[in-house]
Order: sequence, then C-alpha cells, then structure tokens
Amino acid sequence: MRAGSADGLRGRLRGACALALLLLCCFGIHAQETNPFANDPKAVTVGESQFRANCAFCHGLGARGGGRGPDLTRAQKRHGKTDGDLFRTINDGIPGTAMPQNGTTSQGVGMTTEEIWQVIAYIRSVEKKSESAPGGSAARGEKLFHGAAGCYTCHMINGKGGRLGPELTNVASARSTESILESIRDPSRRLATGLIENTKEFPQEYVTVTVVTLDGRTFKGVTLNEDNFSVQIMDTQQEIHLFEKDKLKSFSKTRESLMPRYDEKALSEQDLRDLLGYLFEVSAK
Amino acid sequence: MTLMAASLFAGPALAQVTFERILNSSKEPQNWLTYSGDYEGRRFSALDQINSGNVKNLAPRWVYQTGALGKFETTPLVVDGVLYGTAQDNRTFALDARTGRPIWQYQYIYPSDVRMCCGRVNRGFAILGDKVFFGTLDAHLVALDAKTGSVVWDVAAVDYRKGYSFTLAPLAVKNMIVVGISGGEYGIRGFVDAYNASTGERKWRFYTTPGPGEPGHETWAGDSWKIGGSAPWITGVYDKETNQLFWTTGNPAPSNRRAQREGDNLYSNCLLALDADTGKLNWHFQYTKHDEHDWDSTQIPVMMELDGRKLVGHANRNGYFYLIDRTSGKLVLSKPFATTTWSDTKDAEGRPVARGDSSPTLEGRKVCPGAAGSTNWMSPTFDLQTRLFYVTAREQCDIFSTAPEVNEEGHAYYGSAYFPASDAEPYWGALRAIDPLTGERKWEFNHVSPSWSGVLSTAGGLVFSGDSEGNFIALDATTGKVLWHFQMGGAVYAAPMAYAVDGKEYVAIAAGSALFVFTLP
Repeated sequence: MRAGSADGLRGRLRGACALALLLLCCFGIHAQETNPFANDPKAVTVGESQFRANCAFCHGLGARGGGRGPDLTRAQKRHGKTDGDLFRTINDGIPGTAMPQNGTTSQGVGMTTEEIWQVIAYIRSVEKKSESAPGGSAARGEKLFHGAAGCYTCHMINGKGGRLGPELTNVASARSTESILESIRDPSRRLATGLIENTKEFPQEYVTVTVVTLDGRTFKGVTLNEDNFSVQIMDTQQEIHLFEKDKLKSFSKTRESLMPRYDEKALSEQDLRDLLGYLFEVSAK
Repeated sequence: MTLMAASLFAGPALAQVTFERILNSSKEPQNWLTYSGDYEGRRFSALDQINSGNVKNLAPRWVYQTGALGKFETTPLVVDGVLYGTAQDNRTFALDARTGRPIWQYQYIYPSDVRMCCGRVNRGFAILGDKVFFGTLDAHLVALDAKTGSVVWDVAAVDYRKGYSFTLAPLAVKNMIVVGISGGEYGIRGFVDAYNASTGERKWRFYTTPGPGEPGHETWAGDSWKIGGSAPWITGVYDKETNQLFWTTGNPAPSNRRAQREGDNLYSNCLLALDADTGKLNWHFQYTKHDEHDWDSTQIPVMMELDGRKLVGHANRNGYFYLIDRTSGKLVLSKPFATTTWSDTKDAEGRPVARGDSSPTLEGRKVCPGAAGSTNWMSPTFDLQTRLFYVTAREQCDIFSTAPEVNEEGHAYYGSAYFPASDAEPYWGALRAIDPLTGERKWEFNHVSPSWSGVLSTAGGLVFSGDSEGNFIALDATTGKVLWHFQMGGAVYAAPMAYAVDGKEYVAIAAGSALFVFTLP
C-alpha cells in the first residue's frame, strides 16, 4: 500500500520529518560506531532485500549506482567510509543532496536501526576491496574540460565555467561512472536533473524548450523550472527568461538535450577516460 | 442552492452535529460535515457564489500555517463557522473559518517508534455530536471536545508496534465512528472497526483477511492470511437506504511477491458492502485478484444514481474505471482511464484479468501503470450538475521487481522494489473528466508532473484541483478550460472543499505546510 502519501511513492525529497530526526537523535541511535552484523552472511541477505526496496531506486540494483545516486561498490565514499559514517548517512541523509533521511522517502518504508546495519553489511559485501582510479590522466582531463573539449562553456567546476548545464564539481561522487559516460556520449538518453523542490516528487529535468513570444521573438534554452502556467529558462547565451505560458505565441519542449553528443570523433576513448579522471579528482577533494 | 437559501440554515456557533444532519448534508451546503462532503463520497458542493463567471476574481482570504513538515493531507470539516483540521505529526486545530485564527490546537504525542510507510500524515476529522474524532499514528482513535480540543476518550485499536497505524479520516455513522487500519507494508492483518462515539467502546471489527472457517479463507495459502495486509486505509461511504458501508481495501502483502500467498487473496483490493450495525459482510467485489503490483483499491467509492440505477463509480489504481451495481455488487462496466499494459482480457463478469507476463520477477519487468498507480488515494468528485466523474490520473510505468524477505513482526514486509522504466520516459499527470456511464473521457487537463491532489466540483460550474508545483486551479466543469490559478508555493497532497459563513463562500485546500482559503473580494 505504498501510496504517495500516506502511502505514496517516490518522493525522494518529501518534506523531511524534523520530529522524527529529533526523536531519533534523542534516543541515541547513533551511539554505535561498529556494525553488529559485520560479515554476518544472513544479515547480508536480509540487507540486500532492504537495499532493493529502500535504496536501489537511486543506487541501482547491486548498489552499482545510477543516474541518481553514487555507485556504492566503490571503496571510496564521499561522506565518510566507516560503518558509523554510513549509518549516519543512511539515517540522517545528506543535506543539500538528493539523499533523504531514513523514512522520509516514500520509496521504501523506513528502516529500523537493525535494518540499517544489515544494509551496511550488504554494502560491505559488494564493495570492491581495492580499485584503481576509474579514469585516466586528471591533468590532461582538466585541460580538455577547460580547453579543447569545450565542456567549460556550459558546465561549472569549482566556480569556473558556464551555467547552461549542470554544475559538475561533485558529479563523479554523486553518480555512477556508467551514467557519466552515458551523459557525455548520449546526453539525451537520460536528461540531467536540476532544481529540487522539497515537497515535489520529481526534480526538474534539463528539457530543451523553444518559446515564441507574441511579438515574434524566439528563445531556445533549457528549463530551469516549469509548472502548468509558467516556465523559467536559460537561453543558449546563458540569459534567464521568465514566461507565462498563456502570454506566448508558442511553447514547445523536446527531450533532445542542448548538449552535443560527444562521439568518438569528438572525444576519443582516451580523452573520455582522462575527463573522467579529472571529474573524479575534483569530486574527491 | 444559492447562498441566500443556504444562510437560512446557519445555526448558532458550535451546534451539535447529529447523524441526521450528516444524512441531510445537502440541506446545509455552507457546512462540510464529513471527509468527502457527503455520505455518498461525491465531494460536490452545492454552493454557487463562486462560479465560472466570477472565479477569475478569486483571491486568498487567509492562510493557516501548521508549522509541520511532510505532506499535509487534511480535508477540513466546517460546522457553523468553525473549521476543524488535522495535520502532520498528529497535530489538530479548530479555526475561525472566516479568519483562520485558531480557537484551539492540540497535538497528540505518539511514540518515536511508529512504523509509517509513507509519512506521518493524517487526512482529517470526523465530527458527531459535540466531539471530533481522529486516528493516530500509533493506531489509537481519539475523541476531542469540539469546543476545547480536550481529550474526551482515547482507545488503542491494536498494538502499533506490529506495524499498525491510522492515517484516514474516520466516518461518523449513527452513533458510531468507523475507521480502517493502515500498515500494509508491515505484515499486518487489515480490519475495519466501529466504535461507540460516546464511550469509545468497540462495537464491531471486520477483518479484511478471513480466518479459518470463514468464507474466503481458502483464497490464501497456508497462514499467509495472518500477515496478508489488505489494509482498508481510506475513508468509506454510507448508504442510508440499505444501512451499508461501502469500504475499499488495499493490496495483499507482500506487495510484489506471489510466493507464499497463492490464491485470490480475499478481501484484498475489494469493494466491501458491510452491514453498518454489525460489520457483517453482505457482498464484495474484488477489483484485482491476487494483485502483484501494490495497486491498492483504496480509492473513494462514489455512490451515484444514473439512468435510474444505483451505482458505485470507482477509478482504480490499476488504471480501470469500474461501475458497480450497488444493490447487487455486480460489475456494470470496466474501462481504462489511463495507460495500462497489465491486462488484455476480461473474465466472464467483465473484470480485467492480469497477463501472465505482468508478474514481477527478481530482474524486473516493465508494467503500466507504475507502482504509484493510475490514480491513488486522492479523492475524485462526482458533479451533480454535469453528471461527470473527475479524477486525478497519472501516466507512469515502472519496472516491478521482487525483494524476497521473511516476515518479522513489526518490520517492513513488502517483498518489492520499483524502478523507473529504463527508457526514462517523462512522467506526467492529468485531471480527467469521465462519463461514468460509458467510461469515456470528456476532457483532460494535463499536469507537467503527476499530481497528488484530489478534486472538488461545485454548483458554480467549477472543478477545483491542485498540482505538485503548488498551483491551485479552477476549471470549467463542462469544458476543462482553466479559469483561474494561484501559486501556493508548496505541493498539494490533499483535496479541496468548500463552505460558507455569513453568506460568503470559501474554498479551502492544504498545500506545503499551510491551509489556504480563497474567496471573492
């Protein structure tokens, strides 16, 4: 009976329940720093089931990540890698990201302390024990990003770059390697998500919009936000335009990204690996 | 009914709300006496001061802030100038309906370890006599003095630690308060309860999964009935002619797993006809047999008279609109009102039958509608003027996967996992007007993203609904044309209602963490 309200589904950032957090904190649920179920094969099995129901929507089956959440099989975890860190991340969420507090998503039903530890046991069981950096030369990647590949014209890293596309400083820790590669090679396949409003079910996507005003001017850009009656866009010159839909001659959207496809002619496999190396280096800082 | 006539019925502030007043709620359209506005579940207001000609001038009159986070799902009640509402975290309040100023506020303190699948929500009060009644997150039913908010009685329906809770607005019938339990994610056994409104004493209980020796018990494998969910978690309706409650039930647990619960799993996903005095089951209609997609049938069953027939209209989460003869429980019509892929045949009774290849697997299978359904618990409306049924619909498909697990009391037991369809199609929603006699769509208004808002129709020729981007919208009930909208700054997870005080009509809706109330200038 997951419904979306009481009973609802899928609001990754449904209003967080302050009272719940308060109560959980007061009852000292964090007191423990080590997993009572560490290396317990039964807990790993139960934890996998919990993971599928509560976490896989963003982190993917097998914890390998997706377009929404990081690949948890990586040994490196941005928000702390001890068992205690993982517990806090799962229970409290990460403010400012799509990672919600335990029990506030409608995806899954909230986990008990025991169940969280079981999920951690499962994550440990699929984690790579050692890994080589997934990318190539970060230094060359940086040059490509801010030079020949032209990424910087639309994307910002550490305050430098354009604004038309998503800010990418933390992208490598927030998404799986596969989804980043896909976004470069085939950006329209899964549009990037942007603005998140805290009681809305879905974040805004980088949809391409074309607007013709009553006086005949045409604007093309990405949606920063949209509702049934208005749209806020950034045009390709990176200017913001705000429109009421009923005052336009025409308004159309496509799911064809404004970002060009970087195929192998535009970006060789080596270039791609180097870019990835740069993104990983930046996000690890 | 015009407001002038309506105002003749306005009584003194804080008058007694008798069963007869609720039965005859159409005679006092200035008040909103029960969750859906009337016992028929129509959510139709006979007020017409705000109408298609002047709604463009509608403006906010007052806003009440609950101070609570999470989804605000209440439908307030209004009786003789006082508005009664519930909010997140079992907050409750009574307000001056003209100004929004509180008369009393009461928060029920519940234990920290309540088990809620989908938020610490509540959908509203019932009122009867001089008391208001609400269900709590730890599965208590509480009666408050309507004048002060003081607790008159408080009874535990069941042990919440096993995963039980109340989220629905109770229904007041005769001298009883009727409630349905929530908790289908936790291996519970669903039930509908009736309590004596004066004392809190339980009068009857109907379990939605039959025990040994009861009809329907054979539709559950082994002991699966004990933890079969089927929670009746949304408010039912009352038929005064037959003294029956029509109540709908949720999905069988675990939601996506066939294993261990082979069979039709009665009375999951049913429309139940219960004797109001005894709770005895007179008949049932099962919308989805052996559901494997979390498609609760907990949508409001709306009583309607069409072509001289006594019917129940029901837009189901599984994507079909059903028309049922409420004198017999026989199906009259079933027709999709949204995209469905799970069925391509019907049984002898005309009920859609699930395709074999729609069953979830460990790897996952794409099925439409998705787990949130083609609609959900949000209230539809039946407009007595246009004779149309309006419902918030959702267009989304999901990958349905299983997550095998062993039931442990009080722990999540859903056996399911959902993912967005891999082709990453955009999801969207729509407000749809359906001719209930044919199931045909008369018009639709598309939402840019799925909405969780209910719908209100009024004698002013209007339909009101909200969206997930925070808009409150008035549309022409006949054409679907948008006539007015207002940005409230928070997503809508509630249904609108209308009332009047001193000859002035108000329309109310909860959005974000606040209750918004609108009038003409």
